[in-house]
Amino acid sequence: MARQWSIRIGKKIIYMLLLVAAASILTFVLMKASPVDPLQANVGQAALGSMSQEQIGKLREYWGVDGSPINQYVSWAADFIRGDMGTSLLYRRPVSEVLGVKLMNSLVLMVIAWILSGILGLVLGVVSGMNRGRWIERIVKGYCLLISSTPTFWLALLLLLVFGVWLKILPIGLSVPIGVEASGVTIWDRVYHAILPAMTLSITGVSNIALHTREKMIEIMDSDYIMFARARGLRGIRLFRQHGFRNVLLPAITLHFAAISEIFGGSVLVEQVFSYPGLGQAAVTAGLGSDLPLLMAIAVISALIVFSGNMLADILYGIVDPRIRRGGVRR
Amino acid sequence: MELNVNTEKGAAPGAPVLKIEHLHISFTQYEQGLRREQMTVIRDLDVEVRAGEMVAVVGSSGSGKSLLAHAVLGLLPYNASAGGKMEYCGSELTPDRIEKLRGSEIVMVPQSLACLDPLMKTGHQIRKGRTDKRTKNKLKEIFRRYNLKESVEELYPFELSGGMSRRILISTALIEEPKLVIADEPTPGLDLKVAKRAMEHFRELADMGAGVLVITHDLELALETVDRIVVFYAGESIEEAKASDFKREETLRHPYTKALWRAMPRNGFQPTDGVQPYAKEMPEGCPFAPRCRLCTAECSKEIPWRELRGGRVRCLSAM
Repeated sequence: MARQWSIRIGKKIIYMLLLVAAASILTFVLMKASPVDPLQANVGQAALGSMSQEQIGKLREYWGVDGSPINQYVSWAADFIRGDMGTSLLYRRPVSEVLGVKLMNSLVLMVIAWILSGILGLVLGVVSGMNRGRWIERIVKGYCLLISSTPTFWLALLLLLVFGVWLKILPIGLSVPIGVEASGVTIWDRVYHAILPAMTLSITGVSNIALHTREKMIEIMDSDYIMFARARGLRGIRLFRQHGFRNVLLPAITLHFAAISEIFGGSVLVEQVFSYPGLGQAAVTAGLGSDLPLLMAIAVISALIVFSGNMLADILYGIVDPRIRRGGVRR
Repeated sequence: MELNVNTEKGAAPGAPVLKIEHLHISFTQYEQGLRREQMTVIRDLDVEVRAGEMVAVVGSSGSGKSLLAHAVLGLLPYNASAGGKMEYCGSELTPDRIEKLRGSEIVMVPQSLACLDPLMKTGHQIRKGRTDKRTKNKLKEIFRRYNLKESVEELYPFELSGGMSRRILISTALIEEPKLVIADEPTPGLDLKVAKRAMEHFRELADMGAGVLVITHDLELALETVDRIVVFYAGESIEEAKASDFKREETLRHPYTKALWRAMPRNGFQPTDGVQPYAKEMPEGCPFAPRCRLCTAECSKEIPWRELRGGRVRCLSAM
């Protein structure tokens, strides 16, 4: 058993390294192929025109425009492996520092959204799957289809309009109040500012989870073992508690951990709409401003987070499902 | 700890536990877009099970006889409708009554391991999650009776062997106090020895006083243990005979039953030409008429279910 596990985990680590390498190379290539000229984007056409060749040469060096891309990548990779993520060209601070702040902001959003959408999605999916053909299923299904065909950014704008502009009960953006010193910002301020973006992410996350869970639940309700359980007089809540819950929880766990990538993707758009200074917004800024070290680091971190989500799902599955857990001792 | 089936209340030995008359079940299907089609799978089925008796409904595979079990338990799929008369212990078996009785007085023993929840340990599952002392002891008693180790309680269904799973499925019936046991194809894919043993377990349930209805395609196996046989052909019960009637061809009544008899290996292994008509292309009157040598013009009319020589038959020529 222990040997099996170490082989499995060893394999996972190799996959992870390959994934990180692939993600960083892809990001690098895309950045190099991007039509954005770092000098024009960050210094400006007018300012460039008034500079001497010498000054422009220095700027070209700073933004890494010249030189062999392969050498650039290799030196970035060598530094990265040693734990040095470089200095952000836009923020002029170490990438690790920038990343730390942005990641914390984003994680707050994503964790709230992830937990909320997971619980709500599971409940809605189970309720609609168990009440097939009744009005409650139609409402849940209608809601899910409507939401999943709504673009995230549009929903974000809508919520912003309703709660921020009309009702004025929630802030229209940012992660802290405007005009308050950093030391004066309370935890409550942060939560208050995270509500709208987290709500947007949750609402969109719910529909996917609910639809998938519903599908699974219907499959389970049609299964032979539910038929037999009903033949044995079980029904309603007791039937669900005894036979439905654990069976639907298994696929739900995998789905939910795999959904991390979706929440991650959604957060880029949502942070943009709410000017929320998180990882997603930093990625957009870095991409448009040719901040290569920052973008590379964000790409790698994102890949790692999504990968860990999938890996956790895998491991949890092995713990919850006796067919995998006890697979090794089968006679 | 007594290991008894429910005999105190009602159902004296020999009294009918289940009585089904003119059962018919049909499905609504959609064909080619929106054309609705009514498909009758069971057309006219009569069967009676008395306390302490084991009755087999025998029909070929895929003839829809499993629906009989689902109908008695009120578990037909949503697109099916059933009609006819079902009586349990002398009074009508309404949907409300079924819901109260199933799983306690009326139990079903399903055909496959797929009917056990793959994620729940066997013992917990047999007890339906009950953890009181009485139920636990009863399960131990059942396991002793069926030669199952106590550790089997802790196994998941995927860890059970074929023979073990039969005994586990029967245990689900015995943990209750059933008056009526319905076994749906209890011996599929089992080798002869295990299959016989499984049938003997059902016989024991009947000997304890329950009525046992076995739905099967295996006539030969059924003959060894049951008291009476109802032969099911193309959606109808065509003959009801005592198991002993199958000793000789002459004591049987319906031409199809006789053909079945001749097809048994020990009686010559003779096949009969033709196949059972498909549910959608059913002939008028007797469904066996196209294959029958005794067929007359009268056979295309409604054929009554009548008593004959201590059994019943749905044939005009039988005597």
